[in-house]
Amino acid sequence: MHRKLTNLPSLGPQAQGLYDPALDKDSCGVGFVANIKGKRSRDIIDKGLRLMCNLEHRGAEGADPKTGDGAGIMIQIPDKFFRKVLPFSLPPEGEYGVGVLFLPQDPMVRESLENIIEKIVVDEGETLLGFRDTPVNPEYSGIVARKTIPYFKQVFIGKSNQVEKGDAFERKLFLIRRVIDRRIRAEFKLDRSQYYVPSFSSRTIVYKGMLLGAQVKPFYPDLSDPDIESAFCLTHTRFSTNTFPTWDLAHPYRMIAHNGEINTLRGNINWMSARQMVMESPLYGKELKRMLPIIMEGQSDTATFDTVLELLVMGGRSLPHAVMMMIPEAWSKNPDMDPDKRAFYEYHASLLEPWDGPAAIAFTDGKVIGATLDRNGLRPARYTITKEDEIYFGSEAGAISVDPRNVLKQDRLRPGRMLLIDLEKGQVLDDEEIKKQISTQKPYRKWVEEGLIRLKDLPNAGNVQQPNHETILERMRVFGYTTEDVHTIMKPMALQGEEPVGSMGEDVSLPILSQKPQPLFRYFKQNFAQVTNPPIDPIREELVMELTTYIGPEQNLLAETAEHCRRIELEHPILTNDQFEKLKQISEGYFKAITFDITFNPNIKHDMRNSLDNVCQKAADAVRAGYNLIILTDRGVSRERAPIPSLLAVSGLHHYLIRSGLRTKTGIVLESGEPREVAHFALLCGYGANAINPYLAFETLADLLKSGDLSLPDYSAAKKNYIKSIGKGLFKIFSKMGISTLQSYCGAQIFEVVGLDSELINNYFTGTATRIEGLSLEMLEEETVRRHKNAYDPLFYPGALEPGGLHYYRKDGDPHLYNPITIHRLQTAVKQNDYQLYKEFAKAVNDQHDRLITLRSLFQLDPKKAKSIPIEEVEPVSEIMRRFQTGAMSFGSISWEAHTTLAIAMNRIGAKSNTGEGGEDPIRFKTLPNGDSMRSAIKQVASARFGVTANYLVNADDLQIKMAQGAKPGEGGQLPGHKVDKYIGKLRYSTPGVTLISPPPHHDIYSIEDLKQLIFDLKNVNPRARVSVKLVSEVGVGTVAAGVAKAHADHILISGHEGGTGASPISSIHYAGTPWEIGLAETHQTLVANGLRDRVYLAVDGKILTGKDVVIGALLGAEEFGFSTSALITIGCIMMRKCHLNTCPVGVATQDEYLRSKFTGKPEYLVNYMNFVASEVREIMAYLGFRTFNEMVGQVEYIKFERPHHHWKARGLDFSKILHKPKAYFPTEMYRVKEQNHGLEKQIDNEIIRRCRAALEYKQKVSLEMQITNLNRTVGGMLAGEVARKYGEEGLPEDTIDITFRGTAGQSFGAWVNQGVTLRLIGEANDYVGKGLSGGKLIIRVPENVTYDPSENIIIGNTCFYGATKGTAFINGMAGERFAVRNSGARIVVEGVGDHGCEYMTGGIVVVIGKTGRNFAAGMSGGIAYVWDPTSTFSKNVNLEMVELERLTESEEIDSVLHLLTLHREYTGSKRANDILENWNIEVGRFIKVMPTDYKKALLKMKEEEQSQKQGVAVNG
Amino acid sequence: MGKVTGFIEFKRAGLKKISPAERVKNYKEFEYPFEEDTAQLQGARCMDCGIPFCQGETGCPVDNLIPEFNDLVYRKRWKDAIENLHSTNNFPEFTGRLCPAPCEGACTLGLIDDPVSIKAIERTIIDKAFEEGWVVPKPPTYKTGKTIGIVGSGPAGLACAQQLARAGHSVTVYEKADRIGGLLRYGIPDFKMEKWLIDRRIEQMQKEGVTFITKVHVGVDISAAELRKQHDVIVLAMGCEKPRDLVVEGRNLKGIHFAMDFLTLNNKFVAGDKVEIISAKDKHVIVIGGGDTGSDCVGTSNRHGAKSITQIEIFPEPPKYRDPSTPWPLYPKMLRTSTSHEEGVIRKWSINTLGFKGNERGEVRAIYGNQVEFKNGKLEPIAGTEFEWPADLVLLAMGFVHPVKDGLIAQLVDMGLELDKMGNVKANFGTTPGCFATSLPGVYACGDVRRGQSLIVWAISEGRKCALQVHNYLMSKQV
Repeated sequence: MHRKLTNLPSLGPQAQGLYDPALDKDSCGVGFVANIKGKRSRDIIDKGLRLMCNLEHRGAEGADPKTGDGAGIMIQIPDKFFRKVLPFSLPPEGEYGVGVLFLPQDPMVRESLENIIEKIVVDEGETLLGFRDTPVNPEYSGIVARKTIPYFKQVFIGKSNQVEKGDAFERKLFLIRRVIDRRIRAEFKLDRSQYYVPSFSSRTIVYKGMLLGAQVKPFYPDLSDPDIESAFCLTHTRFSTNTFPTWDLAHPYRMIAHNGEINTLRGNINWMSARQMVMESPLYGKELKRMLPIIMEGQSDTATFDTVLELLVMGGRSLPHAVMMMIPEAWSKNPDMDPDKRAFYEYHASLLEPWDGPAAIAFTDGKVIGATLDRNGLRPARYTITKEDEIYFGSEAGAISVDPRNVLKQDRLRPGRMLLIDLEKGQVLDDEEIKKQISTQKPYRKWVEEGLIRLKDLPNAGNVQQPNHETILERMRVFGYTTEDVHTIMKPMALQGEEPVGSMGEDVSLPILSQKPQPLFRYFKQNFAQVTNPPIDPIREELVMELTTYIGPEQNLLAETAEHCRRIELEHPILTNDQFEKLKQISEGYFKAITFDITFNPNIKHDMRNSLDNVCQKAADAVRAGYNLIILTDRGVSRERAPIPSLLAVSGLHHYLIRSGLRTKTGIVLESGEPREVAHFALLCGYGANAINPYLAFETLADLLKSGDLSLPDYSAAKKNYIKSIGKGLFKIFSKMGISTLQSYCGAQIFEVVGLDSELINNYFTGTATRIEGLSLEMLEEETVRRHKNAYDPLFYPGALEPGGLHYYRKDGDPHLYNPITIHRLQTAVKQNDYQLYKEFAKAVNDQHDRLITLRSLFQLDPKKAKSIPIEEVEPVSEIMRRFQTGAMSFGSISWEAHTTLAIAMNRIGAKSNTGEGGEDPIRFKTLPNGDSMRSAIKQVASARFGVTANYLVNADDLQIKMAQGAKPGEGGQLPGHKVDKYIGKLRYSTPGVTLISPPPHHDIYSIEDLKQLIFDLKNVNPRARVSVKLVSEVGVGTVAAGVAKAHADHILISGHEGGTGASPISSIHYAGTPWEIGLAETHQTLVANGLRDRVYLAVDGKILTGKDVVIGALLGAEEFGFSTSALITIGCIMMRKCHLNTCPVGVATQDEYLRSKFTGKPEYLVNYMNFVASEVREIMAYLGFRTFNEMVGQVEYIKFERPHHHWKARGLDFSKILHKPKAYFPTEMYRVKEQNHGLEKQIDNEIIRRCRAALEYKQKVSLEMQITNLNRTVGGMLAGEVARKYGEEGLPEDTIDITFRGTAGQSFGAWVNQGVTLRLIGEANDYVGKGLSGGKLIIRVPENVTYDPSENIIIGNTCFYGATKGTAFINGMAGERFAVRNSGARIVVEGVGDHGCEYMTGGIVVVIGKTGRNFAAGMSGGIAYVWDPTSTFSKNVNLEMVELERLTESEEIDSVLHLLTLHREYTGSKRANDILENWNIEVGRFIKVMPTDYKKALLKMKEEEQSQKQGVAVNG
Repeated sequence: MGKVTGFIEFKRAGLKKISPAERVKNYKEFEYPFEEDTAQLQGARCMDCGIPFCQGETGCPVDNLIPEFNDLVYRKRWKDAIENLHSTNNFPEFTGRLCPAPCEGACTLGLIDDPVSIKAIERTIIDKAFEEGWVVPKPPTYKTGKTIGIVGSGPAGLACAQQLARAGHSVTVYEKADRIGGLLRYGIPDFKMEKWLIDRRIEQMQKEGVTFITKVHVGVDISAAELRKQHDVIVLAMGCEKPRDLVVEGRNLKGIHFAMDFLTLNNKFVAGDKVEIISAKDKHVIVIGGGDTGSDCVGTSNRHGAKSITQIEIFPEPPKYRDPSTPWPLYPKMLRTSTSHEEGVIRKWSINTLGFKGNERGEVRAIYGNQVEFKNGKLEPIAGTEFEWPADLVLLAMGFVHPVKDGLIAQLVDMGLELDKMGNVKANFGTTPGCFATSLPGVYACGDVRRGQSLIVWAISEGRKCALQVHNYLMSKQV
């Protein structure tokens, strides 16, 4: 008898306001321990548990420190143990399965569920042996965890004679579990926190929960039983950005544990749900339908991945095969790849798009256990194999300590590679072996060669559409082209093959607030990676990027035939007219194309909706009738026919076909006049278009060429460049989300919407986030009709295009915050110190009644709430100003004059200026004679780490980690060579005249636990500074911020998309990030809901101009405020938007000496402005009745939103989510009141400093010896801070402090260690060794008694010596990926490096006497690498874009390498170094010198200058 | 756009002019457009600002797309340049000669150097376009069947008429004078703009379908009621013609005239009409008023052969460079020397006229007054500065106060037309629905009649924007 229940009371915080727990992201520590021979023991489990605890620092805790984000283990079924404890008898091992159940606490419900389970097991013909209450000790979980604790049971199922033991029984259990799941979810509406099945297998069992790693064992008494045994133990500790993880979200899942994130999840889910309709399984037959749908909505990315992996395996593929399908290597640009393996990947690309994202995945099915790494190698994965047949694999080395003598091999997993242990055969298989075997198990290569149709191989088609010069203007007008589009966007694309660059961010009205018809594209904002996963550098790391797509019907995913790859391969999603015709006319029996018109009659109301619905229905019918290529075209536009917005048509059809289960049976190709810029194409691909023919864009190029606007040889050159620029742009857009391939980007919907209503989204853009509502489909139709009407209106720019005015201001264009009036008033007010004039400025900004620009312009202060008080009672202006900061603008992007003026002004009023990412001259740390100071209180730590030395770090009040910036979130930056003069080169430790690249990611932050590590590093060096993390507003930023708060940041800055910049692709300025109002509100709400708000300061920036802006920000939850553009305006900026050209005429954003002489700004102007803003704030506080600023923070009910009824579009907006006041789950203040617990007191550096007092005080030599483990992180960081504080940039005399460590060092060993400090490590180290090395000496060597060859084994982890500026290091072994990235001065010897070595390096010397990975020297613009290459294979691993390879010839140079090697031998006892030195005369010829081309030129030039100077002296003498 | 570093490399150049001594011998224009190469370099100086203050609220009233056309000129794309210019301005040959160029006052380059020669570039573009035959009639492709009557044929009326005709409406322009052009025709001397330039445009507009009716004084020859009956919409564009008078002793003496009377007669004479001009020959001429009209009087008097010309202004002499009260990007208050001033004049500032003295025939012979200064925001006489100067011809060029209120306006007021505080026809300016509509349905107003006395460029801007509203009104109305 079971009772039906609807929605049990919810547990944990629910979605409210902008906070959505579904946006939860996680990362973590993963690992396993296994006996290679499959020998089971209790010891393996103990080691696994130990491994987990020693990775605990990679996990996180929330507001309740006893509640972990999740931890767990997976082991083999402990048969011996169960036989001992169960009251019922068990069949032989393998003939029963164990289901682990999380059930509701309500006994009535639980009983009902048990009945269902029993019934289904029996119905399926198997035996229910019995249930067991799993013993647990809830007191070993946190308070929060206990609030949602499920009831723990295990169910035992006996195998019938109908099924075979082994795989068949596993399949049966899988079916039973899915049927149970479906039934229970359908009947009981239980969420996952109340009913969940962690494992259900005859081989494996999972013990997990919302626990800390250390709690797992005491929580589950089973795990302490001496009879519990397994041959492996797979473990995981979780760091969730969210504080309300649930019990089920702990790893391991049924087959995997995952460290990383699947970025393409939305697309993968959509494609899988489309695919399941055509899925058939010979193994399951009709039963398959009973398991559908495959994917449940609302699962985490890992759970979803696990579900699909399980399906592939249960469908008959081996586990490593399935893993290879889902996480393929980067194969297409690797000419050296084995052809069979390549064919394997190419074949499977036709079946399944990659599940893309940073991932270290450990997997097991109970028979094999293994791990794989994503194509980028973005997660650390180290392993040790012992001589006793054990393997320890984990995110860090050293979590299980091993006697060095017992080590057989120490290695890391390389990008795209797999490690597999076959427990049955007792073998460790390496990547090559596994993949060779799998890729030859079927004739994949033959199938691909015969089946895949390449577009370029198809015959040319006739009747190709030609440009029509006569009608082009009319058609351009119909599609809303502007002069700005053509000349600012398209022309540079055609000329340079690159997207145009702009500057100063966005200040134009949001599309939903504009009075003018906007292209639908503009309402969409690209998502981007911040913190939880890294963006990719699509230029320097192009080898992982891929634009190829496949078009045509997909086959059954659960089978493999030659037919599966009968698809058309497109090298590029943009089709020329010729290519398009080829595709259209293809009629090879197999492919049948059909075309649908996507225009409508603008004179009939609702005709757009009706026409689109009609197209969708007819297209679906066509697919059913066997057409497998749907072409949508708007060539039929005319005075009577208006085009349906192409994005609406594509996405509408895509989703219609998904819903009808037809999507994978057809390709969608768009022929449209509308798309013209990169962002348009990205959107079309992102919402399901397989290929696009932008015919009108091509015709526009033809026209430009005709009028002489393009100095190109011919039309095809223009098209080629244009298409190239789109390809580059697409790479940029999907790499900013960390996605590498178009195939997985297609349909992935990596966007959010600002200003479209839910109905429109749900019907046509299903699954996209839209949070403030807005345009309905009817309004969209009106917008489209208006544009069409304008096109034929004789008074609307007759004979021409509309001028535009999106980026640059135009009088008839959309309104901008900065316009002639506001700039004039602001500049005049600050110069004349005229508050009244400032008020006029503020009025022009705040009162946007007739020209809406920002969301905040629709927010009024509610007079009903105001309880005015006399202004004297409000805290003074001087206090308010302390909350003000200027934004991060580097000296380099802006001039010395401008940079120091900002600093002096902010220091005068006790506010803060920000260095930006360019370093800072130490002379600025000293106070000037007049009391002014040019020191920037906020020191930024950005991805390039320019000038980030220990001395820089200790001279800061705030250390700001820039995760993203508003104008181009998810992208790197570039300081063009012409702005890098000698002085700037010196501060950035680079070469004058050489362009400086800032990588898109911080290479030491690929996930949240890495950020936690960097925060910890910085806090060590400068414990007095607040560590701030800068994020950009996008959907989910609140959850990321919660994670950042849990990672112990002291301060979080939310930047709006409006943010300015010295240079950014124009499409990034306009198409990425969202208004800060949304992001700030989401962040504040999430922090409050999760009880974290009171441990961080929250700041906001993004075109904040007035006191009212500040007050709105405060009411939405911010305590501090950034001003950048407005600050620049006060000192003379006039929004030329020429920062990237170095021609700023007012001397602000230029390094040109003549133009700098035109700078007229004065600190007092900015001081006046800050005073004005604070005065306005104070007046509003008095009006509202707040005496102190803190009282005002988060009091969102003081904001009143009046629907703009007069506005034809904006009247659809709904701000209730922004204006929601969150209910706190934990008591918390609305503003920061308490310190984060950084745990610095536990650092061994405290002891080191104590013992080094003599050195620190009196420069006496001190040497120490200490033990170290992987739990000792950032060793040396605090010491570096002490040294810098006392001795500045110079440090101490060499070797003053000399410390020897033994053991395995935790992450960031020797970070920022400075001159005079020598750290020796005997053992090994993890990631980030020598991060920011600032002059110190690091020596890392293997223990004396090892038997393995150090130069073939790994000794330090990934991303070592990142951003090092000075110092030396000697590494007696191999390093991981990204060695010496952005090194700008350190001299290092190492015995082997992984992929991407010396990337972005700008200075220093690296000597490699061992193997190198791929993509060596990408983006390397300075410094020199010497690589010992005895096998002459090095050159194919080098990225030759910026460097040349030479031999060593000059004796001076040879001597310097010899010297370093000699030191290396001396310090480390390196055998490799010894071998080389003994044959030096021969070996010296085997060194290859990697020399950056520009660096060489710069060195030559400097030499010439020196010589001419000398000569000059001689002559004068 | 433009040349990225052009503003650093090239210096500003102005138009070439015939010397004052030569040019005063006749009434011909004396400035030449740029040579192509000069124009190119001048265009190259444009910095293509992120905010083109020249084009924005602080700059060109007719919204000329200045950075765009500067760039086109830099790239010698003359035909595209005129298309661009015409897309915002119906009559660039008028503004290119007559506009005081607020754009140049707002030019960002003016912050650090001399501004871009925008006006000269504009003039060069249009002159070249006419020369090349690129300016052709653009008759509408279809007719709407709506009819519009426009009262007044000054720049506002003409711009409005051309726009509406091109939109397919039937447009009739009514002019009380014998020729089309209003102040353009009779207020502006030929040496600043030769009148065939207007005729050329009239011809183009006639081919575009505009009907011109001269010598019909609406409100006198045809009633307002009648006009409204005949047209779906009427547009008032008859300017702001009531001159400001000087009420002092001796005002009624012979030889004291409003500037406009002096200039109109002279223009008719230059056009070949048989009229008696008011001659300045051999006279001591006093021009009262320091504005453009006063300057035109100076130029004309010099061509007559005056004995002396003195131009007086009650306000103090402006500074040589931009006055701090009008910081960039505002139109700079500063001493301006017009081409007429170059031809010879005595300019006096802070002069208050107290009266005139005449001879026995009632002819003016002298002007007397004193100097004044600002005290507490008011002009106060300075003791001891009294003067008396000889004066045989006095020209009052002190601006206009409001439209003439008898006749048409009076009739419309009877029907309910509202006027603003200044006495101008009340209507809003702008591009949103309802702008330029007066309180009477179907009656619109644009130009000086709505705005009060102003610049030609404003008149064109008003005419165009008004046309857009009339068009939208007619096309949305179910008539």
